Amino acid sequence: MAGHTTNQMDSATLWGGKTSPFQVSYGKMMMWFFLVSDALSFGGLLVAYGFTRHTTLDAWPIGEETFNSLPFLGHGYPLVYVALMTFILIVSSVTMVLAVEAGHRMDKKGVVKWMIATIIGGFFFVGSQAWEWYHFIHGSEFGKIELADGSQAIVSGHFGEIKNFTVLEAGKHHKKGEVIKEDLMHEFQHAALAGKLKDGTITLHDGTIAKINKEADEHMHLIIKKDGSKYKVGDKIEDEKAAKMYYESLYSGESNKVIYGANLDQNEYGPQQYAQFFFFITGFHGFHVFSGVMINIIIAIGVVMGTYHKRGHYEMVEKTGLYWHFVDLVWVFVFTFFYLV
Amino acid sequence: MERDDIYEYSLDGHHNEEAGKKIRKKIWQVTALLTAITILEVIVGIFLGRSSTSGMLWQSVKWGYIILTLIKAGYIVMVFMHLGDEKKSLRYIILVPYFIFMAYLIFVMINEANAVHGAWETYHF
Repeated sequence: MAGHTTNQMDSATLWGGKTSPFQVSYGKMMMWFFLVSDALSFGGLLVAYGFTRHTTLDAWPIGEETFNSLPFLGHGYPLVYVALMTFILIVSSVTMVLAVEAGHRMDKKGVVKWMIATIIGGFFFVGSQAWEWYHFIHGSEFGKIELADGSQAIVSGHFGEIKNFTVLEAGKHHKKGEVIKEDLMHEFQHAALAGKLKDGTITLHDGTIAKINKEADEHMHLIIKKDGSKYKVGDKIEDEKAAKMYYESLYSGESNKVIYGANLDQNEYGPQQYAQFFFFITGFHGFHVFSGVMINIIIAIGVVMGTYHKRGHYEMVEKTGLYWHFVDLVWVFVFTFFYLV
Repeated sequence: MERDDIYEYSLDGHHNEEAGKKIRKKIWQVTALLTAITILEVIVGIFLGRSSTSGMLWQSVKWGYIILTLIKAGYIVMVFMHLGDEKKSLRYIILVPYFIFMAYLIFVMINEANAVHGAWETYHF
C-alpha cells in the first residue's frame, strides 16, 4: 500500500481539535510558558551573580554578617529578618493556594477571604523589602574602614552613642564653647568621608572645629575583607586593639578611609558588583512581588463582583495563583544564594 | 451560543467539600514542612554559617542548603502550583527543557568563572 493514502480516517486516529494533548485550558498553559521564560530570566541573573562571585579575588560578603539587623532592635540578629520575610512570603503563598482551593468548590466568600489575606501578605513583603533596602543603602554606624596597612575591614560591635560636639574654634554658625546637639551622626559620617575628623575633633561645614564627646564602643571586632601588607582576608582583630586601629584610620584626617552603606559605585559590604547584584536581583524580584499584588487586587475585585462565579469556574484565580507561587519560588532561591550560601 | 465542540478544561478543577478537606490538609502539611526547613536553614546559618565554618564542614553545609532549597522548590511547584496534578506530558514539557538549559548554563558558569579567576590570580590585572 506504499504511496497510497485515503481521505477516510477513523475518528480515533483523527485529532479533531476538541481535546488538548495536555488537557489544560489555553490560558493556564500560556501562564506556564510565561513562567518558564521568567524563570529563565531569574536563572540567568543568579548564574551571572554566581559567575561574578566565583571570579572575584576579594572576599565576598557573608550573609549573616551583612544582614543582622531587626527594626527597632538594632544589630546582632543574623538572618532573622530575611527569614521573617521568607516566612511572610511562604504564608501568603499558602493563603493563595487556599483561595484556589475555595474556587474549586465555587466558594466565593472563601476566595475573597483568602485573596485579601494574600494581598496583605504581599504588601508586608514589599514593605519589608523597602526596609531592607533602606538599611542596606544606609549602612552600619561603623562602615568599612581602610586600615593603615592598606587592608580593608568591616566592624562588628556596638557603636557608642555620640553625645554632643563642644565647639573649640568658632565658625560661621557656632560660637566658641557652644554645645551642638543636633544632626550629630550625619555630621560625623559626613566629616569622616571628607577626612575632617582629626584626633577626636570634627571640622563642620562652616569651618567650626569641635570636640567629639562620644561613649565608648563595645565588643568591637575588625574582620579583614581585603588584603593589606600586614593583614590578610579572614583575619580578626579584637577589642582594644581593634578600637585603636579603627580610630587611627577614622581620625587620620584623610578622606575616603571609610565607606558607609551602599550605592552603585561602592559599598561597605564587599566588591562593587555585590551591591549591584543585590539591587538588581532583589529589585527585580520586588518588582515582581509588587506586580503580583496589583494583579491579585484586580482579580480580587473581579471575584467580589462575581465575574468568575458567573463564568462557572475560578480559573483566573488559579492563574494569578501560579504567578504568585512563582514569585515565592524565586525568593526561595534568592534567599539561599544571596543570604545563606 | 454554547459551543459543544470544545472541551472546557477549566471545569476539571472542581471538587466537592470532602475532597477539599483532604486537599487543605495536604496544603497545611506542606506549609509546616516549608516553615520547618526555613527555620532549620536560619539556625544552621547562625551556628554553622560561612563566617564560623570552613573546609569540608562548610562545603557540606552549603550543599545541604542547596538540597533543602530544591526540596522547598519541589513542594512549591508540585503542590502549590499543582504541577503534580497535571498531565505527565505537560509536567515534562515545562520541567525538562528548563533543567537541561539551566544545567548547561551552570556548567558554563562554573567552568568560565574558574578560568577567569585563575587568570586574575596569575596576572593581577
